[in-house]
This record gives sequence, C-alpha cells and structure tokens, in this order.
Amino acid sequence: MEIPLLAWQGLVILAVFGITLLIATYSTYAERVVAAFLQDRVGPDRAGPFGLLQPLADAVKLFTKEEFFPSGANRWLFVFGPCLAMTTALMASAVIPFGNTLIFGDGTEIRLQAIEVNIGMLYVFGVVSLGVYGIMIGGWASNNKFSLLGAVRAAAQAVSYELAMGMALIALLMVTGTLSLREITLQQYNGLWNIVYQPLGFIIFCVCAFAETNRTPFDLPECETELVGGYHTEYSSMKMGLYLFAEYINVFVASAVMSTLYFGGFSFPGEHWVYNTLTQSQGELFAHNVVTILGTVTIFAKIFFFIFFFMWVRWTLPRFRYDQLMRLGWTMLFPIAILNILVTGACILFFGAKDPKIEAAKKPQTTETRTVVRG
Amino acid sequence: MLLATTATYQPADYLPILIQLGLALAFVAFSMVVSHLVGPKRHSKVKDSSFECGIESVGNARTPISVKYFLTAILFVLFDVEVIFMYPWAVNFRELGTTGFVEMLLFMGLLLAGFYYIIKKGILKWQN
Repeated sequence: MEIPLLAWQGLVILAVFGITLLIATYSTYAERVVAAFLQDRVGPDRAGPFGLLQPLADAVKLFTKEEFFPSGANRWLFVFGPCLAMTTALMASAVIPFGNTLIFGDGTEIRLQAIEVNIGMLYVFGVVSLGVYGIMIGGWASNNKFSLLGAVRAAAQAVSYELAMGMALIALLMVTGTLSLREITLQQYNGLWNIVYQPLGFIIFCVCAFAETNRTPFDLPECETELVGGYHTEYSSMKMGLYLFAEYINVFVASAVMSTLYFGGFSFPGEHWVYNTLTQSQGELFAHNVVTILGTVTIFAKIFFFIFFFMWVRWTLPRFRYDQLMRLGWTMLFPIAILNILVTGACILFFGAKDPKIEAAKKPQTTETRTVVRG
Repeated sequence: MLLATTATYQPADYLPILIQLGLALAFVAFSMVVSHLVGPKRHSKVKDSSFECGIESVGNARTPISVKYFLTAILFVLFDVEVIFMYPWAVNFRELGTTGFVEMLLFMGLLLAGFYYIIKKGILKWQN
C-alpha cells in the first residue's frame, strides 16, 4: 500500500517536472508568436508546421554553440550562477496543486500535486527568492561592468518588490487562514474566488510578480538599450539558455500561483452541478474523477491565460526608468499593501460573523465537502 | 501557533522535495555537460576579454557601485523581517480577533514611522 502510493507520487512529480519544462520550452515559441501577432508580423513559421518545432531548433542551437568564458571571470561562480537560477526555478512548481485527487476503485487516492506541505506558499516564496542569487552570482562573476550593473539592479529590484508581494499575500492569508495552496484552493472551491475579497491585493501581487520575474516593464536587469544584455551579457551556449529558461519557468510559476491564490486554482464555475449530475447517473467515484480532470484542464487554462497576459504586457508597455521603478515599489505599492492589510482586517472583524466563507474557514474540516465512499 | 491547524502533516511530506531537487539538478548537470562537450572551443586574447561595446575593455568590474543599492538591501532586511512576523499573525488572524488586530496596528504604526523616517531621509530618492 505504501510503496505504490509513493510510486504514484513519484510519477506525479515526474509529470509536474516534465510539464514545467514543456511549458517553459513552448513559452519561448508562444512569446515570439504573440509578439509577431501584436506587431502585425508573421513570426516563426519555418521549423515544422506553424513553426512548432522552433523551440527544438533553438535548443539544438544553444547546445551546439561555443561555451565562452571571459578571461577575467570567476569560472566556478560563472557556471554556478545559471545552474542556481535554473534549479530554484524548477523547484518552485512542486507545491502547486494542479488538480484535486484521483481515486481508483481500490481506494488509492492520488493528489495531482507533487508535494503537499502546510507552508506551500512560503515554500514558493523561499525558493523563488533564491533565484535572484543565480542572477547576482552570474552577473558578478562575469567581471563585466554591464553584467555587474544588471546584477545589482536585479537584486535591488527583487528585494524591493518582494516586500510589497509579501504584504499583498498577508492580506490574502488573513482571508484564507492557511498557507497551504491546496487548502486555499479548496476554500475557493466551496465559496467565492479570492479575487472577490482581495482585488487590490491581486493587483499588487500581479505587479510584483512582473517585477520578480524580471519581465517588461520591469526588465531593467537585462535592459538591452542600456546594459547590452544585462546580467547575461557574457553568457553563451546553454548557460545563457538556462537563464532564459529560468525566466520562463518563473513566469509559469507566477501564473500558477496567481491562478491558485486569486482565481480558484482547479475550481471552475458549475463544478458542483457537474459533480451532482454525474453522481446521480454514474456514481460518486466517476463524478469525482471527472471533476478532478476538468479542474486540471481549468487550472492550465488559467495558467495559459496569465502567461499570455505576461507576454501581452511585455509587447505593449515600455520599460520603467530605474528611479520610477524604485518609487513605485517603495512609496506606492508598499503603503497600498499596508492599507490593504488594515482594510482587510477591519472588514473581517466587522463583517466576519455574517460571511459564510469565513464561517467555513473557522471550521477547517468543513472545507472538504466531498467524502467518497471507498471500495 | 502556525502549526496548530496542521496536525495531519508529517515531516516526511517534505521528502518528495528531494526527488524534485534531484530531477532539477540532473537536468541542469545534463545541459551543462552536454553543451560543454558539444560546442566548439576557440580562444584568443581579444575574444576572451570582457565585452564593452567593441572598444577595448578598461580595468576591472570589481569596482564600488552606488551606495543606494546597498541601502535598499539593508532596508529590505529590516522590513522583510517585520513582514515575516506578520505571517503567523495573518494565518491566525481570526483566532486572535480584535486584540490581535489592535496589537498589529501598533506594530504597523512603528513600522510606518520607520518608513516615514527613511522617506524623509531621502534614501529612496534615486533621481540625484
């Protein structure tokens, strides 16, 4: 009993890992197609049908390019930087619930989530914040002034926006009362999506997510008009590829976190209706599994929308100036986030007793409404 | 207090993280080794010097840079520690109730006083 379950979990981890890589790979293709669409161009269309093999061609190109070491660089740190950036990016998707549970006839229950820990959100935060070390180490080790500037910019920007991000998250935690991403999703499953309770918090979180992933309009660390290539100026071959890949994985993780925290994760409108209808005709087990699969499709639809949103913004908005970026982070988002916490707290205390969702949150055991008959 | 609602969680829940870490490290090691073996290697003195827009590179990049970045980092440490204090409070917000809220108001008042001070000091001014 114990071993097969562990094997299943291993399989889920493998699947999550593979999907993360696949989505990151095809994000590069999607980025170019979206850019082409927004700029009224054709975009990549030569490699395979609709250019679908373009990411493979890019990968082959990156692998076969010359590995370059600048003469003044600190070799070990120069290699360590992209490795760290990529490793931390790949670790973060582990705690995201990509679906509810699948239940087999013999009662084996598999969570469609690599790792369920009670501090899921803190885990994402911790791992993603480590990513900036990859950029800093790589930029510093290159021994190039452009890289160094890109690296310190990345560091200052990441820490500044992490603050407001944490604050936005605290307001959400006050509503949910738990750090587990799975619990947060199940609460939204039974009540309203958190965006209804935290619209301001979501906007702050979203802006900070753009800054944390170094995407335009916050891509000053690699600002090509000022800093050539920013922190990866001296990088070539797959080391460069790992940096770019890590950015797309971070975009994927940020999208997944945003859909989970604020847009109901794997819950979708009408799921209770689907569940009840199918229960009557096909039995609870079948209904549960069908709703789970539909939920998984839903969360990926939400994630793809957010990834598209990241790209849409990138090809629409110009880049901030550095002082504007710092002013936005410290003197606007940070006070607004504190205000959001205070308003949220006051609202919960004032309306708390009347809100069914909050009543439900007081009794955590009621969040699991579905009890499936085993066997 | 943070762990109060999580009686069913085991330390072994964290074990699969090691699997994920193993996979990530394997992927990174694979791509680094393969790109190291596959790519061509041709060196020359000019080519190996660091890039400075095509002109000859001057000096070393291990230079002092604007102290603003350092101040930002220090401020982050200060404020982030205070934000971390708020996580357990936020998770247990309902149990702590009005008392906890008033106490947090006091805490945030002190936090904002410090914030007002650094703004008045002009540490966050990047224009000059």
